[in-house]
Amino acid sequence: MNAPILGHNRPLIKKAYEIRRTALQMGKVQGQGYIAQALDIADVLSVAYFHAMQYRPAEPEWEERDRFYLSIGHYAIGLYAALIEAGIIPREELESYGTDDSRLPMSGMAAYTPGMEITGGSLGHGLPIAIGGCLGLKVKKSKSFIYNLLSDGELGEGSTWEAAMSAAHWKLDNLIAIVDINNQQADGPSSQVLASEPVDKKFEAFGWFAQRVDGNDIDALVKAFDAARNHEHAVPRVIICDTLMGKGVPFLEARDKNHFIRVDANEWDQAIAVLDAEFAS
Amino acid sequence: MTHKKKFAAFDPSKPRLTTSAMIASIAGENQPTKPAPFGNALVELAKDRPEIVGMTADLAKYTDLHIFAKAYPERFYQMGMAEQLLMASAAGMAREGFIPIATTYAVFAARRAYDFICMAIAEENLPVKIVCALPGLTTGYGPSHQATEDLAIFRGMPNLTIIDPCDALEIEQAVPAMIDHPGPVYMRLLRGNVPLVLDEYGYKFELGKAKMLRDGNDVLFISTGLMTMRTLEAAKELAKDKVDVAVLHVPTIKPLDVDAIVKASSKSGRLVVVAENHSVNGGLGEAVAASLMRSGVFPTFRHIGLPDEFLDAGALPTLHDRYGISTSAICESVKGWLQK
Repeated sequence: MNAPILGHNRPLIKKAYEIRRTALQMGKVQGQGYIAQALDIADVLSVAYFHAMQYRPAEPEWEERDRFYLSIGHYAIGLYAALIEAGIIPREELESYGTDDSRLPMSGMAAYTPGMEITGGSLGHGLPIAIGGCLGLKVKKSKSFIYNLLSDGELGEGSTWEAAMSAAHWKLDNLIAIVDINNQQADGPSSQVLASEPVDKKFEAFGWFAQRVDGNDIDALVKAFDAARNHEHAVPRVIICDTLMGKGVPFLEARDKNHFIRVDANEWDQAIAVLDAEFAS
Repeated sequence: MTHKKKFAAFDPSKPRLTTSAMIASIAGENQPTKPAPFGNALVELAKDRPEIVGMTADLAKYTDLHIFAKAYPERFYQMGMAEQLLMASAAGMAREGFIPIATTYAVFAARRAYDFICMAIAEENLPVKIVCALPGLTTGYGPSHQATEDLAIFRGMPNLTIIDPCDALEIEQAVPAMIDHPGPVYMRLLRGNVPLVLDEYGYKFELGKAKMLRDGNDVLFISTGLMTMRTLEAAKELAKDKVDVAVLHVPTIKPLDVDAIVKASSKSGRLVVVAENHSVNGGLGEAVAASLMRSGVFPTFRHIGLPDEFLDAGALPTLHDRYGISTSAICESVKGWLQK
């Protein structure tokens, strides 16, 4: 049992900063990328990879690892940064992000990247794949969890709700879904594209143990991940994370909200400098 | 606005066949059959293969998977009426080292779950075996259940092997071959009491291989699935009119046995007739035609298949006659082509 030690999560805050910094460096290489999502989800990835999950950096296919399914393939830049910080991908490979023949393509794919468990990008796949994965782990009497990171926009896909029903039906207590609520998708604010709120009540009605937290608050995330892993009832678990696009770089946080935030060539270094200054303070 | 079909006025004095049961047997009268060849072969094979699991979307009984469920209840997963979930969760099972057999109707797999089969299963080359009932025109329930375009849909999917077996013998042999194949497979299923036909020809199924079941000098049928049963019957009928017919059976639609097809079609003087229980668009006929053209072989080519339409509801014998895939309709077509 990992009891949360609130106020003592400084190493996780530092990891989140490092994930953001690495993601910005990759964005600079490519000159583009879903950097605002990477920045908003960095705190979640820090807690997942440096507090909650079991894995072996040198052995990404280790049978007893916890699996992290990235539904939202375009968040790959954020996950690559986490995998680099976790030692699963060599740091020097960040220079190859989004280039021809790179192991780090713009949208995450299982066949390309160590530590990338599924091919995401076609939204609404991660959670139903996780149903089968969790059923398989149970047959093997595995203690591993499957974490599935999905987005608020992805809640529009019907298959997500087929899986939500199924997870409760099969009492999948080895499934932890994480929903990033940044209220942005391709055509605008998710709440205007297809309203999904109240997300927590919907999952509860489907039979899940639902928690809703500030997804940019490390202490709250540590507490939520611990509660999700240690929940006493045999039900699936979801952590609904309200996040801020561009988190950690105030001029990107303030930029007109957009699914694909434009960053000018000269702004990448500026963003890194601002991030460094924010962290130092 | 609704487009209404036009019907002749109902005349109660005129006898009509009633719509066949949803999963009517395609066996003719007095034809030898075997019950549930897929379900029974799977149960036998799964004895020594604990990694085999059965999954379905509320259609175990209608895909003969209920036999597996009864034999191995702890290895059977009822996923509910949710085909996207069925396919994606089968992918998740396969990721953990299992060989899932996922069953539903062909219409639902092909039309509703395509993206999930494509990206969750095929793109990662996972060993999920998709076995689907009601292929082509094997139900009288109309377009909602008639998978007349499943081969066209699935032929475009990389990594996917496609099997369209003819009879009970072939299904029994295809089950272990399908499971031993390392990648994903889509198999068209004949369920219930399935005709036994190929035993007469000393047939042995091999994945990816077309087999010459009988030779003849006037006509070469290239057929797949239940249409091979029909072309074999047609060959016997046509022999009475001194038409000498060869039948090349092509149970694996993808990868296609191009060598066997080109070799058989190269024999001069034969009318080449592809026959398939599928739309004339995108199935075996177009695959064979393209293969012949690429190989520089240009026989006189004809094609028996379902029209590019949403087909009628009704009794299967009526519909098979109406759309030209009954044995008698095949014989008429061939005789017409030979006279021209």
